[in-house]
Amino acid sequence: MKRVTSYLKSLLLLELLQGMGLTMRYLFKPKYTMRYPIEHIPKSNRFRGLHALRRYANGEERCIACKLCEAVCPALAITIDSAPRESDGQRRTTRYDIDLFKCIYCGFCEESCPVDSIVETSIHEYHFEQRSESVVTKTQLLAIGDRFEQQIAADRAQDAAYR
Amino acid sequence: MADLLIHQLLIPIVYIVAIVLPLVIAVAMFVYWERKVIGWMHVRLGPNTIGPFGLLQAFADVVKLLIKEVILPTNANRFLYYMAPLLALIPALAAWAVVPFSSRMVLSNANAGVLYLLAMTSLGVYGIILAGWASNSRYALLGAMRSAAQVISYELAMGLCLVCVLVLAGSLNLSDIVNAQAGSKGLFDWFWLPLLPVFVIYFISGVAETNRAPFDVAEGESEIVAGFHVEYSGSAFAIFFLAEYANMILVSFLASILFMGGWLSPLQGWIHIDAPGWINWIWTGGFIWLFIKAFLFAFMFLWFRATFPRYRYDQIMRLGWKVLIPIAIVWVLVAGCLKYFGWVVTGTGG
Repeated sequence: MKRVTSYLKSLLLLELLQGMGLTMRYLFKPKYTMRYPIEHIPKSNRFRGLHALRRYANGEERCIACKLCEAVCPALAITIDSAPRESDGQRRTTRYDIDLFKCIYCGFCEESCPVDSIVETSIHEYHFEQRSESVVTKTQLLAIGDRFEQQIAADRAQDAAYR
Repeated sequence: MADLLIHQLLIPIVYIVAIVLPLVIAVAMFVYWERKVIGWMHVRLGPNTIGPFGLLQAFADVVKLLIKEVILPTNANRFLYYMAPLLALIPALAAWAVVPFSSRMVLSNANAGVLYLLAMTSLGVYGIILAGWASNSRYALLGAMRSAAQVISYELAMGLCLVCVLVLAGSLNLSDIVNAQAGSKGLFDWFWLPLLPVFVIYFISGVAETNRAPFDVAEGESEIVAGFHVEYSGSAFAIFFLAEYANMILVSFLASILFMGGWLSPLQGWIHIDAPGWINWIWTGGFIWLFIKAFLFAFMFLWFRATFPRYRYDQIMRLGWKVLIPIAIVWVLVAGCLKYFGWVVTGTGG
C-alpha cells in the first residue's frame, strides 16, 4: 500500500510542484545583489583598510618615532628610522615604510600608537601596478592622512567611547 | 512570368522573413529573459547594465560571438564541422512554416502539418550528432551520443501524445486542430482537459527533446564541459544557441496550439461584447492569445531550469521508457474511447 501511494505521489509530480512553488516565491523576493561600483556596502567605523599618518590641526605631524608600532607589528611590515629634526631638534622619523604585502591589517599599530598618528582608514579599494609599489613611504602615508583626515577623525570620534 | 515570379518567389520570401526575423529577435529577448528570471529566482538581479534594464545584453553577446574566430579542431572533419550548426538551425527554423499564428496567419497551411513538424524536429538531432562526431573530441562525442539517445527516446512519447491529439481532432492540419478546440465552454473546450496526462507528458518530453534542464545531460557542464558544442566557438556556437532557443520557443508554441487552443480565446462562448475592433481579440481570439500562451510555456522552461537539478542519465531513460511511454499508450486508448463514444465534443470550427 505504501508503495502504491508513493508511486501515485511521484506520478502526480507533487514534490516537483512544491519545488517550483519555492522558486516562484523566490522570484518575488527582494534581491541581495549590490550593484558594486554604484552602490556600496555600509562599512563599520572600525574598518581596517589602508594606513595613514595623521597630523595635528596646526599641521605638525603626530608621529614622535617611539617605534611602538614597529615593535608590535606581528608581520614585521613596518620599518622606522629616526633622527633629531634639523630645524628644532625634536625626535622625528626620517623613514616610515609599511610593506602592504606583509601587513595583515590587524590594527595593532593603531592600538599601540600613543599619539594616534598611525591609523588604518576605511579605504579598501586600492591597487599596485608594480611589486615595488607595495611599500608605502612616509610622504605617501602623510598624504593619505591629509586627504582623508575628516573621515578618519569622524570614525575615531564615533568609536571614542569604546576605546 | 513576372507575375509568377512574384507569387512563387517574392511573396513567400517576404513571409519567411516576416517569421524568421521576429523569431531571431524573440530568441535574443528570450535569452535575456532567461538570465533575468533565473537571476531573480536565485535572488540576484540578472543582466542590468547594457541598455535599459539590461535589455541589450543579448545583442551585445551576439556581436561578441560574431566577431570571434571560429576555431577548427585538429583532425576535425572540416565539411561536417561547418555543416553541423546549419543542420541544427535549418530544421529549427523550417518547422515554423506550418505554425498557425491565427486563423488567417499561417505560412503553409499544410494538411500533414503535424507530420512535417515531427520530421523537422527529428532532423534537428542530426546537427547535434554530426557536431559531436565531427569535432574530434571525446566530450563532444559523449554529449552527442547522450543527446541522440535521449531525443530518440522522448520522441516516442511525444509522438504518442500527438496521436492522442490527432485522434480527438481528426486531422493532421494544425489549423484544423485548433479549430477542433473551439466551442462554447471557454478554456474547458481545449484538449488539455481530456488529455491532461498527455499534455504533461508532451511538455516534459518537449523539455527533454530540446536538451534543456533538467534533461540537459547532453551539455552536462559538470561532467562533459558543454557536450556536443564544446569545440565550437564564435558564430558557429551562436548558431547552435539560436537553434536551441528557437526549438524551445517552437515547443512552447506547439504546446499552446495542440493543447491550449492556439489562438482561441479562453473566454470563448462566455463573454461577447460588441467593442471596437482593436479590442475584440480578447473574446474572439487572435494571435496575441497564442503569444501569451506560448510565453507562459516558455517561462516554464526557465522555471524548470531554476528549480530542478539535472537527472542522472539512467533516470532519464527510465522516465522516458518506463513511465512516459506507457502512460501515453494508455491514454491513446482513452482518447480513442472518448472520441468513439462521443464523450468529448470537438468543434468543427470555422
